[in-house]
Amino acid sequence: MVDPRTTIINQRLKKIRRIIAVSSGKGGVGKSLVATTLALTLAHKGYKTGLFDIDFTSPSTHVILGAENTKPIEEKGLVPPTINGLEYMSLIYFTRDQAAPLRGEDTSNALIELLSVTRWSELDFLVIDMPPGIGDAVLDLIRFVKSIEFIIITTSSQLAFETVKKLAILLRELKIPVIGIIENMKMNPSDNIKKETEKLDIPFLGAIPYDSSVEEAIGNVQKLLDTAIAQKIKEITSNNGL
Amino acid sequence: MHEWALAEAVIATASEIANKEKLKKVTEINIKVGELQQIEKEILQFALSQLKPANFTNTKFYITKAKTTLQCRNCGKTWLFEKKKLEETTAEAIHFVPEVAHSYIKCPKCGSPDFEITKGRGIWLENIKGTK
Repeated sequence: MVDPRTTIINQRLKKIRRIIAVSSGKGGVGKSLVATTLALTLAHKGYKTGLFDIDFTSPSTHVILGAENTKPIEEKGLVPPTINGLEYMSLIYFTRDQAAPLRGEDTSNALIELLSVTRWSELDFLVIDMPPGIGDAVLDLIRFVKSIEFIIITTSSQLAFETVKKLAILLRELKIPVIGIIENMKMNPSDNIKKETEKLDIPFLGAIPYDSSVEEAIGNVQKLLDTAIAQKIKEITSNNGL
Repeated sequence: MHEWALAEAVIATASEIANKEKLKKVTEINIKVGELQQIEKEILQFALSQLKPANFTNTKFYITKAKTTLQCRNCGKTWLFEKKKLEETTAEAIHFVPEVAHSYIKCPKCGSPDFEITKGRGIWLENIKGTK
């Protein structure tokens, strides 16, 4: 007995130049907001970009994007809708307003299903919003997506960085490229996270200041791109060849 | 036609196995489809016939449907998936990603969404036969 879906995944992704997973060892560090803003920033720079939300049990990028009233088109698989210039896919199209109480095996199966039937077009970038932690999603992406690269998000907290460090070390051991670490929601002038990142011999991509006004930009992409967070992400992309 | 994407996956996998086994011609492919995914056998059969490569010219595709068994992790109850009990939009969502069954189906005994799909989830390639 063979699961035929896994064979087709790399064929589905072969027209995508770079696939970047926005990840963290810890929840609540702002991965979804950074991933969505990063994808929008790349799209506004003129790159063909997709955003894939694989935080199946707690998806939120659809809220940030204001993706109501959109859905994939069924055409020899699933063609993702284009929202604010981004090709977009999320399990939310199928769970709708219901909770998704999925265990590890179910998460893996849902990810394999979406990877094997989603027909992304020719993209420069596919940004993946990851669930927190070093669990099934990280391991499945490493297993199935040959060209995966990671951006790791932390906050200024030592508690967040402690888990981020473990994720970074694991990825390095597995020889998976890490573009770098972003310090998000920074509220103090300390350069502790930058120093700790450099000790790991991983690029420190920059610090994004805490901005309470971002809440008002949720669901409004134009407002979001005007925030200090978006300005900083734009700077990070320009400084790092993205 | 979600079935088309799955047919592509079947052909790609069968081709890979045929290469590995050094089969010059593939004569038979046996496929099992779980009821949970509600794959239309005729559409899948048609897609397979359209997608098959040269060394699959006379390949016969046998598609067997398998009942879906669900087992509650909370109380142990075992039951069969029944599409007719679902609204059309819900059945369609489960067709695309069978795991979203956990969002809509509950254990008939205790109401828990924490169940295991023990049999008949989606598509499986049972075996392929051919000549060297």
